[in-house]
Amino acid sequence: MNPAPSVIIFTVFSGMGFGYLALLATVHDYSGIAAFWHWFVGYALATIGLAASAFHLGNPSRAWRAFTQWRSSWLSREAWGAVLALLALAPVALSDWLHLGLPRGFGWPGAVLAVATVAASGMIYASIRAVPRWHHWTVPVLFVAFACAGGSLLAGLRGPSLVALLVLGGLMVLYWRVGDGAFSRAGSTMGTATGLGTLGGVSVFEPAHTADNYLLREMIYAVGRRHAAKLRVLALLLAVVLPLLAMLLLPGRYGPYVAVPLHLLGALAQRWLFFAEAEHVVGLYYGKR
Amino acid sequence: MTCLPGKTDKALGLVIDLDTCVGCQACVTACKGWNDQGYGVPLSDQNPYGSNPSGTFLNRVHSYQVQPAEAAPMIVNFPRSCLHCTDAPCVTVCPTGASYKRVEDGIVLVNEDACIGCGLCAWACPYGAREMDADAGVMKKCTLCVDRIYNENLPEEDREPACVRTCPTGARHFGDLSDPDSKVSQLVAARGGYDLMPEQGTKPVNKYLPPRKKDRPDQASLLAPLLDIQATGFAGWLDRVLRKI
Ligand code: SF4
Ligand code: SF4
Repeated sequence: MNPAPSVIIFTVFSGMGFGYLALLATVHDYSGIAAFWHWFVGYALATIGLAASAFHLGNPSRAWRAFTQWRSSWLSREAWGAVLALLALAPVALSDWLHLGLPRGFGWPGAVLAVATVAASGMIYASIRAVPRWHHWTVPVLFVAFACAGGSLLAGLRGPSLVALLVLGGLMVLYWRVGDGAFSRAGSTMGTATGLGTLGGVSVFEPAHTADNYLLREMIYAVGRRHAAKLRVLALLLAVVLPLLAMLLLPGRYGPYVAVPLHLLGALAQRWLFFAEAEHVVGLYYGKR
Repeated sequence: MTCLPGKTDKALGLVIDLDTCVGCQACVTACKGWNDQGYGVPLSDQNPYGSNPSGTFLNRVHSYQVQPAEAAPMIVNFPRSCLHCTDAPCVTVCPTGASYKRVEDGIVLVNEDACIGCGLCAWACPYGAREMDADAGVMKKCTLCVDRIYNENLPEEDREPACVRTCPTGARHFGDLSDPDSKVSQLVAARGGYDLMPEQGTKPVNKYLPPRKKDRPDQASLLAPLLDIQATGFAGWLDRVLRKI
């Protein structure tokens, strides 16, 4: 699948933002101007992500319609989750900022909605059976794990961030291991795609078209997978190992200053791989994956 | 709207005969021609006369080589378009309600006025049947020529999809696959028509008819006795004389 920058940025930033917002609403109690800035960062990350996703649309002016099909579509559910979470958290943010003294319990519904939104983002991909690597429960769990790790690093919570990073590292490896056999387990081959496999071995004789098209650009992205193994190590180092060390070894508030940028880079690398490594079964018609 | 109808009154679709298709691409051209002026925005092309032309098509014809275990390889031409699946994953993922499956005839359509061009439906389709139009930013797919098949302004014989109407070898058939007595259903039954990628769970309506078994090179031709021509009369005498010299 084509690793479009807008979608990579959207999923990474909004995931981190929602994770951070959930923690601000439940664990932290900043007040006054400090609260304003913390909440501002959370809201900014979440909404920058949403805005970036609009660039991925062919017709952004009709984006409101994406709220209509929550009954069947995970994309629609994600849109609802995002808006509801941001609305539900607003009173808590205002109370922190303006010393209104709303009890911490008020943060929980918004926090749950924020985490649910991230899970819904993951489900958009996990629900697509035609991309076997994505069609697995580890995808939404991985998205939530990134949100927890990113959020707790931003919040500078040492203990929780160490746990979240360890869990995240495990999940990243699990997702890769499960994903590597997913395409063959799904059972789709050029033989089943054409139905000619029952007659003998099938190979491409002539392509359907000589220039490229939407399918080749969007779904049959084979460039750059060559370095996948190296990038995996890099993503794991940047997203998990180095932030872990930074949080452990650096004193006090310096941990997050180093850990957050590293983690963000790692998350971007992981998300790039998430798309670039995902193979769509339509590639079978072209003899390319 | 993007929940699938449990049951449709009809299941209109195509039956494509891989035995007869010669890969002439006439259906591709007819489809592009008709859908340039019919349902929704025209199918645009980018850089059509340049070095790297690209464009939106609803039907593409591939060509495969099949190598049976103990026979000569065959070339199979393979048209690929929307199969109007019963359990269409492209419909349920659509966040806007633009993609839908019609209850009356099972055709899967895109309401282009509601489409935001998110492309999720194209990801969900295992068959690559949907292409985003690069000019209009909306999703295009086979409409089964919904603007022909019910069109009373067209002569009766033209009320079928443009690809079916144009196919010079009669490799494409159109009809109601939910009716076991329809011509297309009988064709599927007689020829062992099959689904593409059944493991994807989409339950396609369109069916493909497999190529018929080809002769083996070592099988003697039925015409062999006729090929052993014995000259008689004057020609026979000449034959014998000449052979002796
Ligand atoms: S072939 Fe693809 S676009 Fe057509 S109904 Fe099936 S899943 Fe949808
Ligand atoms: S591209 Fe259009 S039709 Fe396809 S899922 Fe998005 S809104 Fe629906």
